[in-house]
Formats: sequence, structure tokens, C-alpha cells
Amino acid sequence: MIWLTWRQFRGSAAMMAALLVILATALALTGPGLASDYSAGIAACTQDNTCDRFYDRFFGGHETSFTALTLVVLLLPALAGLFWGAPLITRELEAGTHLMVWNQSITRGRWLAVKLGLMGLTAMAVAGLCGLMVTWWSDPLDKSAAENLALMAPLVFGARGIAPIGYAAFTFVLGVTVGMLVRRTLPAMALTLAVFAAIQLAMPLLVRPHLMPPITSTFELGKTNVDGIGINRDRGGYVEIQLRSAVPGHAGAWVLSANLVDPSGRTLGTGAEGAARISTTSGPCAPSAAGGGGCIVEINRLGYRQQATYQPLERFWPFQWIETGIYALLTLALTWFCFWWLRRRLS
Amino acid sequence: MNTVLQAQGLGRRYGKRWALRECTIDIPAGHVVGLVGPNGAGKTTLLKLASGQLEPTVGGITVLGGRPASGPAQLARVGFVAQDTPVYAGLSVADHLRLGARLNPRWDAATARDRIAQLGLDPAQRAGKLSGGQRAQLALTLGLAKRPELLILDEPVASLDPLARREFLQGLMEATVEHEFSVVLSSHLVPDLERVCDFLIVLVDSRVQVAGEVDKLLATHHRLTGPRRDPDRLPADQHVVSARHTDRQSTYVIRTDAPIHDPAWAVTQLSLEDLVLAYMDKRSADQRVALEVQR
Repeated sequence: MIWLTWRQFRGSAAMMAALLVILATALALTGPGLASDYSAGIAACTQDNTCDRFYDRFFGGHETSFTALTLVVLLLPALAGLFWGAPLITRELEAGTHLMVWNQSITRGRWLAVKLGLMGLTAMAVAGLCGLMVTWWSDPLDKSAAENLALMAPLVFGARGIAPIGYAAFTFVLGVTVGMLVRRTLPAMALTLAVFAAIQLAMPLLVRPHLMPPITSTFELGKTNVDGIGINRDRGGYVEIQLRSAVPGHAGAWVLSANLVDPSGRTLGTGAEGAARISTTSGPCAPSAAGGGGCIVEINRLGYRQQATYQPLERFWPFQWIETGIYALLTLALTWFCFWWLRRRLS
Repeated sequence: MNTVLQAQGLGRRYGKRWALRECTIDIPAGHVVGLVGPNGAGKTTLLKLASGQLEPTVGGITVLGGRPASGPAQLARVGFVAQDTPVYAGLSVADHLRLGARLNPRWDAATARDRIAQLGLDPAQRAGKLSGGQRAQLALTLGLAKRPELLILDEPVASLDPLARREFLQGLMEATVEHEFSVVLSSHLVPDLERVCDFLIVLVDSRVQVAGEVDKLLATHHRLTGPRRDPDRLPADQHVVSARHTDRQSTYVIRTDAPIHDPAWAVTQLSLEDLVLAYMDKRSADQRVALEVQR
């Protein structure tokens, strides 16, 4: 059975291996250069304190490859489900060959076990290798990325570390299950893609923020968490403050929500924007005052703060393990269902 | 004599439609069994139940004393060549033989090789490029080299031209003589079966109409032709299979073990095809009788 599985699978496995080798070569050739550029840049910028500008310049210079690689790792599990998982059983059913192969002297349970095992492990290995290679390569970029593209950001998180292994295993078995229920290749592929996309959206939106209780804390306003301040003189004067989804002292944290709170702790405004009631006709926040630096100090002195709920960057690896574990459990459940359905219902 | 296939009250339903019902048969070993009936009569369902591809909705079936497809040992004893003889289009002929060798403990590599050579098939040829007849022969080779005790074939010759048909059935017959195994083979064409079968099952409208050895069936079925007569006036031991009436004349096909002495009847022997057609005709004949009674 292992021989048959390999005989039927070797074509696409070889193609996948070739693509993986090309990717690995490209990453191995450019990775060390990227890392040395980064350390040289950091060494230079710490002397004259211009690291923020260096980060922007460095990340901006490699943004295309960063985005492309992230997308590759995000899409790879979908490919495993679409092209390996979904047709696994539908192709047999459509050609009628299940009647031939399930009447050799092996039970269909064993047939499925070998197929799932061999192809599923390959899918996991490819996704894992790809994910870890990209994690290694993009490490300097992840360090210099803006907060919405940092490691913990929803899009990037799923393309780093070991999570792609879990995604690949799950999507592959999902494809097999959908194929078994739908029994036709193209509809099964479409449905697999739809379900995979829905789950990959639901995970960061609904589940991942609660994997560990998020931290809620208040922070003084400063360069890190204020995007800009605007002065509005219409209604007696107040200062509008635009917050960034970042918190001072926790670089790379995944900020789930941030609000401006007044000295009594009441929330001001909604989301990233808030208005503080401060004189704009005189004092540091008047347009005549030089620069905005004094205004921020005044706002902080009056007791306005940023209240943020966030997951710090240190939780990246715990989150990776938990999320991979969740997908592993889902995979096991679907696998059990596959065996049950194959024995009981499919004929 | 031990039985090769035994079914008791066997039935299979798809949704609301019964594909097979109240099927009780007992097939003794050592026969080439023909399963005949019109399209959609339930032949494939019965064969899939026997090979374990389907689970019965009601009733039970045992094949060679075991539950179909209950494990590798049971699977090894039963060969199955499905309708349209599916093979993997992407694999070569040699790959198929390797597949058989890897997946079957009792694989007979010499038989398989010899058969392929005899048929003139190129082992390097991809199965997708084979003609219908060659593909059927490849599927049969897989079934034969498995060395089963029972080989089940579902409409194996349906898509073949007459010459390929004859070659296929001849190959099957030679193998049964050589290796002594039982065969169950379905077809909707009687002439195919007439040449090879010594046991016949007629399946019409998802029910088994008659089952038995061909010789015995031919000896106990007769066509009676004579002046018009109602079926009620036939002797009790004569079971009417089909009846046709004109204004003056009646033609009955009957089953009876007793000799027929009534001088009013002209008694003729039935061919196997006539016999099968009579059973296929039975249902519509029953309906016609009912109509005449109403009139």
C-alpha cells in the first residue's frame, strides 16, 4: 500500500520538492546578506539615534519579498487541502477505481490510513519547512516592521513559526473529509477553500485574542502611542488625539483595543481617536506654542492616558504552540470522522 | 455441498427506493453463476453487497461463510471486477501487476505475467491508453491473479464488441477450468451468459424471480400453446410464469416438475433466452391479467 501511495503521489511530491528547493536556495542566498545589512544598520543608527528611520527604510526596501513570502506560507496549507486532500477520494469515486482498489486484500481503513499518513505528513513537512525557513529569513524584517506587520499581527503570525504545520495538517484532512461528503472533485475543492478561508479568518478575529487573557493597562501618551494631535477650536477648544495601535515599552505587542481615557478613567471617543478638553487658546496646546511636544506633556500632566488591551510579543511562541495544538486536535477529530464515514457510509 | 453465497431476506434501499428486496438465495460452490435481469433491476446492488462495497439495509448475506469485506482474509478470498472495469489511467500495465502483488497475499505473479503476455499487452503501456477490451482483460487479470475462491464480475462485457466479448469470456472459462473457483457474473444479455453459465439467477424489479441450475431450469419450464383457457383452470402444480392470450388461443410459460399430459396443449421446449424473457415479461403479464378480469 505504501508503494501504491508513493506511485500515485510521487509526481506532485516531486514538483513540491522542486519548488521547496528553489525557495530554500533563494532564501539561503539572500538571508545572510539581509541579516548583516540589518546588524550593520542597527550599529550605525544607535550612535546617532535614528533607528526609527532606519527601520522604515530597511523594511520599505524589502516589503515586496516580505509580503510575497508571507502569502506563500499562508497559502501553502490551502494548496495541500485543495490539490492533495480534496481529490484523494473524489478522484477514485469519479473514475470508479475505488471499486478496484478496495477489493484488493486490504481493508479500506488501511488504505485510508496509509494515504492520510504519507500525504498528510508530507504536507506537514513542506509547510513546516517553509514556515521555519521564512521565519529565519524574515527575522530582521520582523524586528523592523511597523506594529501592524509585526510578528504578532494576525496576518504575519500565521506565516511564522510552527503554526503552518498545524494549518497544513488540518486543511489536508479537511479536504479529504469534504471530498468524501461531496464526492465530486471541483465542488469539493471549492468548498474546502471556502471553509479553510472562513476558519483562517475566524481564528485571529475570534479565538486567538483569547488564547491567554489579554493584558489591560494604561500608558502615558508619547511618541510610541500617539499618531498625531489636532487642535479643534470650534466648541470651546479641545485637542483631538489619534492613537496608534502600539503601547510604549512593549514593542511588537498585538494591541487588541486602545482608547483615550480622561483623569477619572472615563473612555473618550471611540477606537483610535479621542478628544481631550484642554484650552487651545492659550498654554502649550495653543497654535502659537512652539511645536507639539509641550502639548503632549500638558495632556499627560492633566491625567489623560492611553488605555490598551494587548497581547505582548513574549507570548508569540506560547501562542504558536497553543494554536498548533488546537489545529492538531481539529485534525484528529476530522481524521476519526473520515475513518468512521469510510467504513460506515461510503459505498 | 458448501455454499458460496447465501442471502436471507436481503434488501438495500437508496433513500426511498428499494434497489433490492427480499432476496433469499443459496448458491452452491463450483458453479459459473449468471445473474441476469434488465437494466436497473438490482444486479449491481446484489454484487456490491456480496463484495462488501455496500452494507445491506435489511437481511443478511454471507459469502464463503464470512461477512463480505470483514477483513483482509475475507477480501483475499473474493475477487471483484466492477462495471466498466475501472483501472488507474495514470499507471502502466506493469504498475497494475505490481499493485496486485503488493496488495494481495495470494498473488499469482506467473499467471498474471503469462496472461498479459498472451494478450499481447505492452507492460509499459499506460492503462488509460488501452482499448475497452484490453482494459477489461487487465481488470480480469488482476481479479484472476489474486487467486480468489469466488470471482464476482459486474457486467464485464457490456461495453465490449462481440469479438472482445468472446475472448474475454473464453479467458474466464479457461481460468475456471485451470484454477477451480466459483464465478458470479452479471449481464443483461442472455447469449453472453448462455455460453458460460451453468447456474442462473433472474432478477427483475429488484426481486429474485428464479434461481437454479440451468439444466434443471430448462427441464422444468415449458411453453404451452392451445385453445384459450383461463389460468385458474390449469393444474395446481403448474406455476404460470407468463401468459399471452388472443381471442382463441392461449400461450403459457409454466414451471412444473410433473410431466404434462393434457392433449389440448402443444408443449415446446424453451431456450434459456425465452425462459429469461418469460420472467422479465411476468410482471407486465400479471398486470394484463388483472385488466382482463376487470373487463
